[in-house]
Parts: sequence; C-alpha cells; structure tokens
Amino acid sequence: MMLITCPFCGPRADTEYVYGAAAGQGYPAPDAQQHELTEYLFLRDNPKGWHRELWVHRHGCGQWVEVERNTLTHEIRQVQALLQHEGKE
Amino acid sequence: MMARKADLSDAAMLAEATVTFTFDGKTFTGRAGDTVASALLANDVHMVARSFKYHRPRGIISIGSEEPCALLTVTENGTTEPNTRATQIPLQDGLQLRSQNRWPSLGTDVFGVLNRFSAFFPAGFYYKTFMGPKGAWPFYERIIRRMAGLGQAPEMPDPARYESNFAHCDVLVAGGGAAGLSAALAAGRSGARVMLAEEQDHTGLGLLPESATIDGCAPRDWAAAMLRALQDLPNVRILQATTVAGVYDHNFVTLTERRPLLNGDAPQPRQRLWKLRAREIVMATGAAERPVLFANNDLPGVMLSSAVRAYADRYGVLAGKQAVVATSHDGGCLTACALADHGISIGAVVDSRATCAPDVAAALAKRGIGYIASSDVVAATGRKHVTGAEIRDRATGQTHRVDCDLVAMAGGWSPNAHLYAHTRRPLEYDRTLGAFVPGNEAPNFHSAGACAGKFGLAAAIAGGTEAGQAAAASCGLAVDQTERPRVIGQDYPVAPPDGIPAGLREKSTFVDLQNDVTMADIRLATRENYAAVEHLKRYTTLGMGTDQGKLGNLNGLAVLADLRGVDVAQLGTTTFRPPYTPITFAAVQGQDHGEAHHPVRRGPAHDAHERLGAVWTNAGLWKRPQFYPRPGETDLEAVNREVLAVRSGAGIVDVSTLGKIDIQGPGAIELLERVYMNGFRSLPVGKGRYGVMLREDGMVFDDGVTMRLSETHFLMSTTTGQVQQVHEHLTRQLADRWPGPDVFVTDVTENWFSCALAGPKAREVLAGLTDIDLSPDALPFMGCAQGKVAGLDARLFRISFSGELSYEINVSSDCGAALWNRLLDHGAPMGLIHYGVESMGVMRVEKGLFVVGREADGRMTADDLGLGRMASRKKDYIGAQAQRLPGVTGAGRRQLVGLRPVDAAQTIPRGASIIAADAPDGPAPPIGHVTSQVFSPHLKSSIALAAIEDGRARMDTQVLAAGPLEGRRVAATIVDPVFIDPQGERLHA
Amino acid sequence: MRYSVWALARNALSGHRAWPMAWKNPAPKKHYDVVIIGGGGHGLATAYYLAKRHGVTNVAVLEKGWIGGGNTARNTTIVRANYFLPPNSHFYEHSLKLWEGLTQELNFNLMFSQRGVINLCHSPAELDGFARRYNSNRQNGTDGDMLSMDELRKLVPALDVSPAARFPVVGGVIQRRAGTARHDAVAWGYARAADALGVDIIQNCEVTGLRMDGGAVTGVETTKGEFSAAKVGIAVAGHSGHLAEMAGLRLPIETHLLQAMVSEPIKPFLDHVVSSGAHHVYVSQTDKGELVIGGQLDGYNSFSQRGSFARIEDITAGMLALFPQTRSLRLMRKWAGAVDMTMDGSPIIAKLPVDGLYLNGGWCYGGFKATPAGGWCFAHTIAKDAPHDLNRAYTLERFSRNALINERGAGNRPGLH
Repeated sequence: MMLITCPFCGPRADTEYVYGAAAGQGYPAPDAQQHELTEYLFLRDNPKGWHRELWVHRHGCGQWVEVERNTLTHEIRQVQALLQHEGKE
Repeated sequence: MMARKADLSDAAMLAEATVTFTFDGKTFTGRAGDTVASALLANDVHMVARSFKYHRPRGIISIGSEEPCALLTVTENGTTEPNTRATQIPLQDGLQLRSQNRWPSLGTDVFGVLNRFSAFFPAGFYYKTFMGPKGAWPFYERIIRRMAGLGQAPEMPDPARYESNFAHCDVLVAGGGAAGLSAALAAGRSGARVMLAEEQDHTGLGLLPESATIDGCAPRDWAAAMLRALQDLPNVRILQATTVAGVYDHNFVTLTERRPLLNGDAPQPRQRLWKLRAREIVMATGAAERPVLFANNDLPGVMLSSAVRAYADRYGVLAGKQAVVATSHDGGCLTACALADHGISIGAVVDSRATCAPDVAAALAKRGIGYIASSDVVAATGRKHVTGAEIRDRATGQTHRVDCDLVAMAGGWSPNAHLYAHTRRPLEYDRTLGAFVPGNEAPNFHSAGACAGKFGLAAAIAGGTEAGQAAAASCGLAVDQTERPRVIGQDYPVAPPDGIPAGLREKSTFVDLQNDVTMADIRLATRENYAAVEHLKRYTTLGMGTDQGKLGNLNGLAVLADLRGVDVAQLGTTTFRPPYTPITFAAVQGQDHGEAHHPVRRGPAHDAHERLGAVWTNAGLWKRPQFYPRPGETDLEAVNREVLAVRSGAGIVDVSTLGKIDIQGPGAIELLERVYMNGFRSLPVGKGRYGVMLREDGMVFDDGVTMRLSETHFLMSTTTGQVQQVHEHLTRQLADRWPGPDVFVTDVTENWFSCALAGPKAREVLAGLTDIDLSPDALPFMGCAQGKVAGLDARLFRISFSGELSYEINVSSDCGAALWNRLLDHGAPMGLIHYGVESMGVMRVEKGLFVVGREADGRMTADDLGLGRMASRKKDYIGAQAQRLPGVTGAGRRQLVGLRPVDAAQTIPRGASIIAADAPDGPAPPIGHVTSQVFSPHLKSSIALAAIEDGRARMDTQVLAAGPLEGRRVAATIVDPVFIDPQGERLHA
Repeated sequence: MRYSVWALARNALSGHRAWPMAWKNPAPKKHYDVVIIGGGGHGLATAYYLAKRHGVTNVAVLEKGWIGGGNTARNTTIVRANYFLPPNSHFYEHSLKLWEGLTQELNFNLMFSQRGVINLCHSPAELDGFARRYNSNRQNGTDGDMLSMDELRKLVPALDVSPAARFPVVGGVIQRRAGTARHDAVAWGYARAADALGVDIIQNCEVTGLRMDGGAVTGVETTKGEFSAAKVGIAVAGHSGHLAEMAGLRLPIETHLLQAMVSEPIKPFLDHVVSSGAHHVYVSQTDKGELVIGGQLDGYNSFSQRGSFARIEDITAGMLALFPQTRSLRLMRKWAGAVDMTMDGSPIIAKLPVDGLYLNGGWCYGGFKATPAGGWCFAHTIAKDAPHDLNRAYTLERFSRNALINERGAGNRPGLH
C-alpha cells in the first residue's frame, strides 16, 4: 500500500485515493481531427518508469492531485494540487 | 515422560503445571510452556504425519515456522484449524490434535503402499498419463483430488474472534535475537518509536547458552537484561509470537500476532493482524538450518541439529538416545557437544570436511565423541523411525553403518532474507556461505545478523546496533552512542557440504519434505529440460508447500546446479513473495465482515418503511423498500396493487438515494453546459431541466434533472449508484480542464430526504399540507418552489419518473421520517399509498424511461436511446464529438424500443435475446436483447424495453423474444417504448 | 516419445533415464519465416498452430526468460466462454472447443477440468443481467443454465446462502463446460508439440529492437544476436506497449496489476468455480487442494508485479462472505500479474500498421482461457496475412473509429473493465 502525500491532508494510504488518468495529456479541441480525438481517447504511453497521473482523494478532502509515480517501483517523487494549474485548453 | 530430562532447571520455556491434550484420540500430558511439538517428543511420539504424495511416515524436523512435515489439525474452543505446524502451537489444556492425510490411522495408512510404487509416480507423472479415453479425466481427477490436499476444511465457521489493526512506528525490528534486540535498543534509546516483533514465543531464544559472554554475562542473561531494558522504554513496543509476514510498498508491513494478550476482561482475539507503516525496517530474522541430503532423510528421527538442541535447551526434551550428527562446519560439531552435555549419546559426528578446528576437535575428544572426517551420512535406515545411519567415506567410497535413533542434520545455514526480497530487490549468492543474502540496501531498510549472512554473536550485536542507529538517524534522531557490549567468544565460519555427496539413493533422498520432491525428481526434471529454476519448481512442486521451501529450496538449487554443471549464482532463485508464513484468512479479514465490510446505508425514513412492512432490496450499499406486501399478497400482487393505486390515485415513494449535487458560483452554468449534452443556459430560475451526460467516448453516462435555484445556484440529481462518479467527473473537469475558483460542487445527497408524491390525486393530497401554490400555472411541470410542506421547510420539484403528475418533496434529512409519516397520515383518507422501487420500476418501463445500467448499459449513445435530438449542436461538451464517430453511428446500432407479446397471455422471458421472427430452433444470432421486462397491470400485459438493431426502423414488426434459459420463445411486436400517455397529458396535468 | 501410462510404466522400470527433453534448446538460426516474440501460452500456441495448421515450420519463439513465465504462470486458471458480445462469445466458444480436445491433441495432460463455472447473483437486477448474458450465449451457440437456489445449494454445499447475509445470494448461472486447467502445463504442452514440429524455442533471449526497412519489419535484434524474419508476431501481454514502441506505435493498452492467491491445500471442498460480482471475487480449488482466489485490478497502472495488501483484504473478505468455513484456513501464497488492459476490455489479434508486424495482446482478464484460440487465430492471421472470422473484430483499428467491443460497457479506463 503506497503512501501518497496529499497537499491538503498530508501523507495518506493509497486506499483513500482513486486513480483517475494520466496527467498532462491535454484535451482535444472542439474541432479536433478524428485521429486526434481517438488517440486522446484510447492510446496510452504506458511508460515503465516515471508517470504523471491524476488521483482523487476520495476518502479525504475530495481534491484532485497530480502524482508523479514510478510504475516499476511505485516510488512517488511529487504530489501537487491541481487547482494551482493553468487551464489545459 | 520418557524423553524429558530429569533436571529441568535450565529448561527455559517450561512452567510447573501439567497440561492434558489428545493426539489422534489418545490422551497425553505435557507441561505448561510446551509447544505441541515438544510435548509430543517428550512423550516419545515421533511419527506425527504422513507425507503428501507417498504417504511416508514423517516426524518433527524443526522447532519453528520452517517446519515442513509436522502439520496437524488442531481443535480448540470450537476452532478447527488444519495444516497447523506442531512447532508453533502452544500447548493448552484440552487441545485436540489429529494427524492428516492418512486412512484409517497414522500407524497403518493403507495409502502407505503408494510408497512402494513411487517409481510410477515421478515428478510430473500426471502430465504424461490419465489422458485416455477422451472424457475420462473427470474420473481420474476425482480420485486425484481425494488423494491430494492435506487436512480437511472445518465443517463450521470458526467462532473465534480475529482482529486487525493499524499502527505506525519509526523503526520496525523484525526478529528478537541478538541482532534484533541490539537494533531495537539502539533505536529505542535514540528516541525512535520502535516495534520489535519476534516470531517465537519469546525473544532471545536463539542465543546459545555457552557460546560466549557478553559484557561478562551469559548470553541468555544478557538477552533477558536487554528485554528488560526495552520494556523500560516507553517508546518501544514488543510483540512476541508475532511474525513479520510481508513488506509492501513504502514500508507498509503486515505482522501476524498469535494469541495476543489483552488487558482486562475483553475477549481475547485468537490472532491479530497488524497493518503497520514503518519509516524504517531493520531485518534481523536470523537463519534457518539447512538439512542434509541423504537417503531416507525424511524418516521420523531425522531432525535439524539446532532443533534437537533447542528442544533440550528450552523444554528439557531429548529427541533421541543415540544420535549421529551430519555436518559440514564447526558449528555442527559444537552442537554435538551440547547434545552430549544434555545426555544424548553421540554415535558419531560425520563431517564432510577433512578436518575441524583444533579447539572443536578438543571439545569432541573431551566428551569422547567419535569424529568421522571426509565422510557423509548417505542414508538413514529404519521403517517408521531411524534405526541407524550409513556413513560413506568420500575418498574410499566405503560405507559403514552406525546404530542410532536420531540423525541430527547440520548442513549450514540459510539466511532468512525473505523480507528483503519482498521489496523486490535481488538477493545475491554468497559462495562461502552457499546461500543467498541481501544485495544492495533498499531505502529505509536495514539488515543485521545472520539474515544478512553475518553469523556469530559479535557480528549480530554489532550489526544490530549499527542498523538500529542508522534507522534512528534516518528518522532524523540524534543517535544514542552508548558503548556497544563486549563479546568474548569464538565464532566459526558457516558452510554447507562441499558439493553433493556421491552414492546417494536419489529416489529416497528428499529435497522438499512436504511435497515429496526427491533428488531423482530434480534429475528427471532437468533431463526433460524443466531446468530453469521456476520450471523446476513448477514441474516438481519443489518449494510450493505450506513451508514455501524454507528448508528445501537451497538444497534444490544446489542439486540443480550440480546436475547442470553450473554455479548456484548462475541459476538465480525463485521469487519470495509475502506472506513469509501463511496467514489465517480470518486475521486478514479482521473485523471487516458483514456490515463492517460493506456498511449499510439507511435512508432517513428507514424505520418508517420497516414498520410498514417493506421488503428490502440492496441498491449499492443502500437499503431501499422494494414493495410493501399486504398479508396474503404475492410479490407480484403487491406490485400490481401499488402501481394501479398510483395510476388511479396517489402514492409516495422514497427517492432519497438519488444523488444530489449542489453547484454554486458564477461559473456554474458554464460547467453544466460542458458536462450535459443539452443546453442549460436558457433555463430560467425556478425551473428544472432534464439533462443527459456523456462519457468522453460518447456513451451515455448519467442523467437526471437539474434545478436552477438562482442565477448561480443549481441542484443536480444523479442516479443512485453514480453520484460519486458524477461528482468526481465534475470536480475533475474543474481541477484539470477548466480550472477556476468560481464554482463549488458539493455532494449533498445525504443532507436531504426526498420522496415523490405521484398520481392524479397528488395535487389534492399535497394541497392541504403546503402553502405553496400548486396550480399548474404557478408550478408547471419542471417547476420548482420553496415553502412549507407539512410545516417543514421544503423544496418542491414538479418532476416525474412514473409519468404521472408528481411532486418531489425535499426536506432536511433529519425531518424525513416526519414528512413521510405526515404525508401518509394526511393522505390515507384520500387513498394515498406508499410504494417501493419495484413498482416505480414498472411505471418507468410503462412510460418508456431508460435506466442507467440497464438500457443505458455503457454501450448506448444518446441517439441509440432515442435522445439524439436533445444533443446540442451549438456548444462543445464532453462526448460531443466521440458520439459522432463512425464506430458508434450508422446502420446496425441497437436502439431502444418497446416490446409487447403478440399473445397478451404470454410473458416476455427474463433477459430474452431478440431473434428474427423466422429464426430456426436452436442457436440463432441475436439482433437485440431485452433490457427490462415487467408486467404492466395498467395494460394487463407483459411489456418490455429492448435494444434492437435498427429497432426504430422495425417499428410494428414481429420478432421472437427468445429465452432458452426458460426453454421458450415468445412472439412479440416492436412498439414505441412509451406504453402509456404518449402525449404527456397525465404528466402535465 | 509419446506420453501414456505404458510409457510411464516402461520408464519407471528403467529408472526414468530414457525420457527425452520436452522441448530442445536449439542454437538460433539466422533466418526464420516467422519470429514470435514471447514464449508464453499464446506465443507457443501460435507457433504450434503455424506449424500444424499452416505448414509454417521455420519458426522461432523468442522468450526473454523461461517459457510460460509471464501471465501464463500468474492467473487463476479459469476457462469459460460466457461472454455477451457476439465477437467475444464466438471467439471464447472456439477457445473452449479447442480446450476440450487439447490434452489429446498435444499428448500432454493439461488437466482441463470441466467442473462448471458458477456466477452468483445477489440481486434481481443481477439475475436479469445474467439472464440477458446467458440467453445470448445460448443463442450464439454456447452452453449455460440458470440455477435454482436448491440446485445451487446442492452443487456448492459450502456456500453461504443465508438470507441474512449482507448481499444474500438470490440465484446463479452455470456454464457447465467451463472450468479450470493446469496453467503451466499449457505452455509446456504447446512447447513440446511445437518443438516436435520443428519450431525453435529459444529461452533467455530478449528482443532489444526491431529491424525495419521501408516501413516493413525485416527482423529482430536480440540478446542472442540478430535474426532476419519475414514476419514478426508480438505475444508479450503485459509488455505489448514496450514492443510496439520499437516499431513507433502507441497502443490502446495500459499495464495493470492483477492479484490472486492460494490457500494451504485441503481435502476436496469446492467442486466448481464460483464467482461473485457483488463481492468481486472468484474461487476454485486446484487438484492439489489449494483454494485459488482472484479479484479485481489494483486500480492503477503498474509493472511492479507487487500488489497492494488492501486488494488482498478485499479478496479475502469476499471469499469469507461466500465460504465462512474457510475462516481458519490460511493464505499461503499470492502473486500479481502485469496484465495488458485495453481501453474496451477486449483483446487485439491483428496485423499492425507496419508491414510484417502482428500483435496478439490486450488480454485484460481473459488471456489464459483464450490461449488456444488466441494462438489459433494469431497463426491464421500471420500465415494468411488476414484475420480469421473469429478475430476479425479484434483489430487495433477499431479504436480509431470508436468501434469498441465493450463487454462491461465501461469507459476508456482500464480500472473499470
């Protein structure tokens, strides 16, 4: 069980969180081409190593956070609040 | 007690009291403090089990959790536990023990005959036979299954209480030997919060009495003083009889505590599982003695030398009268001396080396023990117990036999580095030790003593102290620098036998004692190319028993390496995974069962429904009234009555479980515009609108009515099961996609009690209870108002899921029961009834309304559900483009339609497949499926909603609703899904 | 040497010294007509069917470690064909039919045990759902039946059917032809049969790169040297993305952890495979006596093969809810597979957009049971350069049109499937 340090609540077991999706992927524009849209929807980098991803602190503060985690070792390098980010569109 | 020493003053574990227990129905006595193993040995009971495959007689090999053979079924206080290691069961009065895997008795097991035919059952024999005739496998399998297995599953659930709990500490020390005690004290004195877990019933048991002096003390006295020092530290917690079972991500550790002690009168849990987060882990788990390979090394009377000695040291039990010690290092010779001092006659020490250390030789000579150098024990003789040992000279190949009733094996030591391996770091092979040791240190993980390959008391104490200090330093503490104890004593190098002895009878030389894997099996596997370590393990089942190869694995690797002519280091080892020793399922579960595992969510009016005789149904974790049968009514009659009563009068149904999300802020409308496929911008204050939400891939995700309470304040409703998903869908968009501080989204589901008052008389019933103007002009369909209902502050929404005139009344949840009861009291004279979700479900099917999870099954687009025209073309929203991709548009989509049987007396089969009207009998490709089927009391007919390929173009045509599970097909007509009031006159009344 | 009880007896009398290698360790050749990357069940089955059905014998199976060492070795050994969507229903039914004759065909006892897979229903809605699925199965030509509570009690006496349970069992369905098989044996059986047909099985041979020429694959680079190949098939579930990346392709696949565990062995206790959606757990008993218990994904992508204890707690709680008698039994061993999860929960068996390159992957929960048909269809696709009807829908291209095969109807997130 991993320990994820919520920027709002402090270190909490991963069972309090729910994994969302890869972070930093951007979102398709309203006039995106079909291939852009389907690549966004379905294709994944699936790296063996460091991965930026969104988790929601479901059984805590309810906030979405961005976690940088190694998919091979489960080491976590950084967790940050998303609310401070710029828009992705 | 024949095998107990007369003088028990040194027997560390024993108390005075006598304890009575039974084994296979026969009554025995032991002493308080005994384990079952020590008590059986004390009673000269050596044969305690039959082996898994060949049903060979088996005894007690070891004294700890590595025991592969002495597995018993224990019954105690109503708990029956199969496959329990005799070495780890504390003796209790009234304990009932049974041997396993034998019939009719342990002594005369008819399956023992299998041993004679063992040549026909080599490793993997079952892959090569039982193949014909085709179809016969179930016959063979039944027999094989009966032969396999060890103990019986209990017939009743274990009534004992098990517990699991969470803990946090700075430093976890696994192991309470010299290294562990030292580590715990070093960390504890530095101020760290320490937990020390010792698998055995007591710390310090592994310290040998005469091995050395520590600060002038005997080792045991030193250990006792260490324990007292630790007990004096308030920041140290000591857990005895506790195994560190697994190390997981980020130093999450599981520990199993057997028979935890509680203060006070609380009933004692049988076991406790600790879920611990440790900042630092110190592994000080010692080593397991390595068995020696020789023929019949599985006979009762063949034991690990350290175990023989420990039974004598701790329990005063002599496991034999005349012993042969088979060894390959000085430690084994010294154990022989200790056994002799206990009064066991040593027939010979057989050493595979040419010589031993001079002082060791002197110690042997002093006791008159015969030392046979450059030789191996190559066989034990005897049928059910050892009667002698065959000794072979390495140089001449000559063998001779020595009488004995005990062979003590001292084949070197294997570090218990499992916990390190749990961190998924590779173990490294140490050639001098002939064993695997931890490789690079893992972060926040330290190893000390024998488990790290550092043998000897001085090394253990030094390593433990350093590890404890390092762990404390890593926690940011100032390290206590108290001087290390001074150890005076001689350490001797540890080593396994050099190579595999020649002249072994491989067929009866056991490598894995629990699974009956012999050297011959390894030879066969290698010959057949199952020569990778994992292939060997899987083909022969080496190391796959309940002991998980703690004793056998290393010998197995040595044999394999020898056969392949490579070094063990080149083979690698199999992966050690948690748990270190098997964990009782009930302990894993702890208190987490029934309602504690899946809590029951009860709505505010739960008790009122209960009093009304509700039949409950589970909706996720919620309990919802399904219907309220009257005496003598069948389920269907109750539902029909409720439906007709609502359609002709009025009824109330509790809809509190529907999700409610409060959305406020200047950006609220923008959020709604982006998550709903239909527009909300034009929605006036005081009105609601039905909205459909899509997933990113364009499929319908959720639906519900959202009310505009003010310019910037909305209340969204969601389906019961999805409020969390919808809430997180919204918050994710706000956090990641359109961030801004101007919208607040809150799940307020549990803050409100909601019930729908529906039926043509709904207005009449409500009118007498509210100050809100209910006239259709003031409160039209989809209107919303606030005021008093039954004297309570309420929100009133004119929305409907039944197709009738309907008001959803929302009050604060603490007023829910009051509202429900007032409504019924007030409305009963007007014919108001209460109805459940099943009746509501019938009405929504009659009205052709879809439900997420049934009709909207995650593969349906809005267009498939007939909602294509709702989709806005003027705005961008989630799923807008994806729902128009070629894969989800065009011909052949399954579309939502209604279905009526051609013959109204027929009912549509449950979950029927839709096939062509002229489909032949038997398999025929479905063109659709029934999503919901109900009996409509209103139409007096079975009706259904279905998803049918191009269904809307097939309107009024006939199909077959095929229910092969029920063995029938029903001709049905495809109709509009709205079965009643297609014009919405009732709804808008 | 043909395996039989006579061969066993003969060899027993001669000290088992005459058994040949089950498969050989050939020195790699420089050129192969087909190179299959991945020596798991699927890769080995593909090689076998290439040789057996299509006469393509100049085939190498390259295995990074030891054959059958990936998900073939880490699953719950369940074989069933009770899928709702027609492409899945037909594909898995074909696989089940192959299983039914496989022990004899391979002359290797796979211990395929058609003991029946039972799905429990805990609510009327679940009964509806399974009726929908099993009616559809039957119409598609697969077997399946509803079970009354009485039948259920008789088949699974240890099951807790008390109405007082937190999620009481209200019914069940059974696919009687479904069951379990000995997982390792599948890899070994196919390896032995493929080897006998001339296929080269090369272990400890990791592919480090693909050789490309003009947009087509021409060979592979490995830790044992370079081989040229006219066609290269990838069957490395768990690591598909890694291999596809060598050809510059991104896949609709994430790698996830799927855990399972076994109890200590006990005498016969459970004759069927019992699965409960409400408790997210499936349980069966091996011939050796261990209860095999599986559950859901850990929920986040991972290559660690090191699962979370929290999932073990869930699985345990689920099993004990169904079988309270197992409380005092013990969890003996657990493991985590790294599974390929596609975005619709269905596999890919297809030509890739690079000439000469083919993919068998994305197996999600279904890889083990699919082994025979996966290899059968993949071999067909490689040999004919075109899919068989059975895997025509399992394209990569379906994702570029949103034409998903979404058995669970869940969104584009593996954790949901």
